[in-house]
Amino acid sequence: MKRLVDHSEVIQHMNGRLVKNNIFKLLFFFATVFGLIILVVLLYRVFTQATGWLNIDFLQNFPSRIPERAGIKAALVGSIWLMAMVAPLSLFLGVGTAIYLEEYAKKSRFTDFIQTNISNLAGVPSIVFGLLGLTVFARGMELGRSVLAAGLTMSLLVLPVIVVASQEALRAVPNQLREASYGMGATKWQTIYRVVLPAAVPGILTGSILALSRAIGETAPLIVLGIPTFIAYLPKSVFDTFTVMPMQIYNWTGRPQEEFQHVAAAGIVVLLVLLVMLNSIAIWIRNKFQKRF
Amino acid sequence: MLTMVKEKTIAPTEEKAVVYRTKELNLWYGEHHALKNIELDIYENEVTAIIGPSGCGKSTYIKTLNRMIELVPNVRTSGEITYRGRNIFDPTYRVEELRTQVGMVFQKPNPFPKSIYENVAYGPRIHGIRDKKILDEIVEKSLRGAAIWDEVKDRLHENAYGLSGGQQQRLCIARCLAIEPDVILMDEPTSALDPISTLKVEELIEELKKNYSIIIVTHNMQQAARISDRTAFFLNGEVVEFAETDQLFSTPADKRTEDYITGRFG
Repeated sequence: MKRLVDHSEVIQHMNGRLVKNNIFKLLFFFATVFGLIILVVLLYRVFTQATGWLNIDFLQNFPSRIPERAGIKAALVGSIWLMAMVAPLSLFLGVGTAIYLEEYAKKSRFTDFIQTNISNLAGVPSIVFGLLGLTVFARGMELGRSVLAAGLTMSLLVLPVIVVASQEALRAVPNQLREASYGMGATKWQTIYRVVLPAAVPGILTGSILALSRAIGETAPLIVLGIPTFIAYLPKSVFDTFTVMPMQIYNWTGRPQEEFQHVAAAGIVVLLVLLVMLNSIAIWIRNKFQKRF
Repeated sequence: MLTMVKEKTIAPTEEKAVVYRTKELNLWYGEHHALKNIELDIYENEVTAIIGPSGCGKSTYIKTLNRMIELVPNVRTSGEITYRGRNIFDPTYRVEELRTQVGMVFQKPNPFPKSIYENVAYGPRIHGIRDKKILDEIVEKSLRGAAIWDEVKDRLHENAYGLSGGQQQRLCIARCLAIEPDVILMDEPTSALDPISTLKVEELIEELKKNYSIIIVTHNMQQAARISDRTAFFLNGEVVEFAETDQLFSTPADKRTEDYITGRFG
């Protein structure tokens, strides 16, 4: 019998294959390390610049022309207000849209059209959303520079990302689980609520955390809306004007005095801490769900 | 020819109550004619096996019995299936109601990613039972009914995914029993299991038939011969032969049945 696989040749090729194997392993390792090193350098710089400036007064003071007196209170509270609006609103609308598209809607040209648009919206620059917010919410609905106008704009901005991530998570739930539920006489809503959503929550949250993290660090749409950076009071309702941390930090970095660079670094640390806190909450919820099911 | 076979084979047991009566059932997936003029009666407290080669429509048929087939887009049916005298395609017959009477066990064990207890309690819960005591009782009774109680009684609140494949399938049977159905549909319930687990499930089916009517799709002919009272042989979307199992396997009336059960094709 003629052999089609010449084993001596296979052995000859073996070295080259194994070298390639190791090269790629190293390549991917360096890719990981590169990102990590940059991150560590960045964090190191920010934290060293912020030391000495980050204290209780910094958290309790309103902005000031004098760097020593400048604080982040207005921006910190403003960011929390904004998140308190954006998170529930965008989650409800985003997850709702995803559930409708994945679980209810029959595949048609109309749903294809919506699907394509959502995917495209996810790539639209944030400044465009700012213009939309300015036209529709700030001017059209006369909400001005309020928390509400900014919240609605930001919700729209992160909505497509949440929809797409939630759809992926819902699609990853095996159909067998739905069948098992329907097979026992469960309604569609019972199946979604008790089987599909719990299984999809970890995925939905992972996508949503990324989307909300983007919202908390975003400035462009707020600049278009005309959100101020120098504010010495806190919003009392969603109709009041306010500012957020990235706007405040941006403003500080643009000041001529050397000291304001330190103030900005301190602001960045506060922003990072808030981000980490938000993520921790989401991860905590996710783990809770994973344990239960 | 079809009716001829039926008359000849079904005649001796007319006393048993009919659970499902299928008349001139046709089903299309889009343009594909998957079931052609199916005529079949399912009797109470019997195991009815449906055999046939892949793609013959046996799974499609069993999924039509509880209307699960409607989850597939572009499915059309004509004809009639009556369950206990009521046409299941009647618009006033709510599908949720039908499925409360007709439980289903699937090809691959598909427990929910929840605890063993929650898996079994799922059915009763969605039908509105909240009383913890009643739920406890249902869970124990169902798990005993599925012959898995002794294996899991000490870890009811552990995740069902920790069970072996065979145990998971019996858990799925327990979950199905928990809604106290009248009929149990089984779509190749042992095809993903090892021989020992298969044996356990088969013994269980033997036991369950005292209280339930069972319809089982299988591509394992020995299994059909071992556990069923009646067997239907499907080929290309048609019922070639439907007879008492002993008869169908010993003296098949149709040449194609004979070829199939003797392993000449399929």
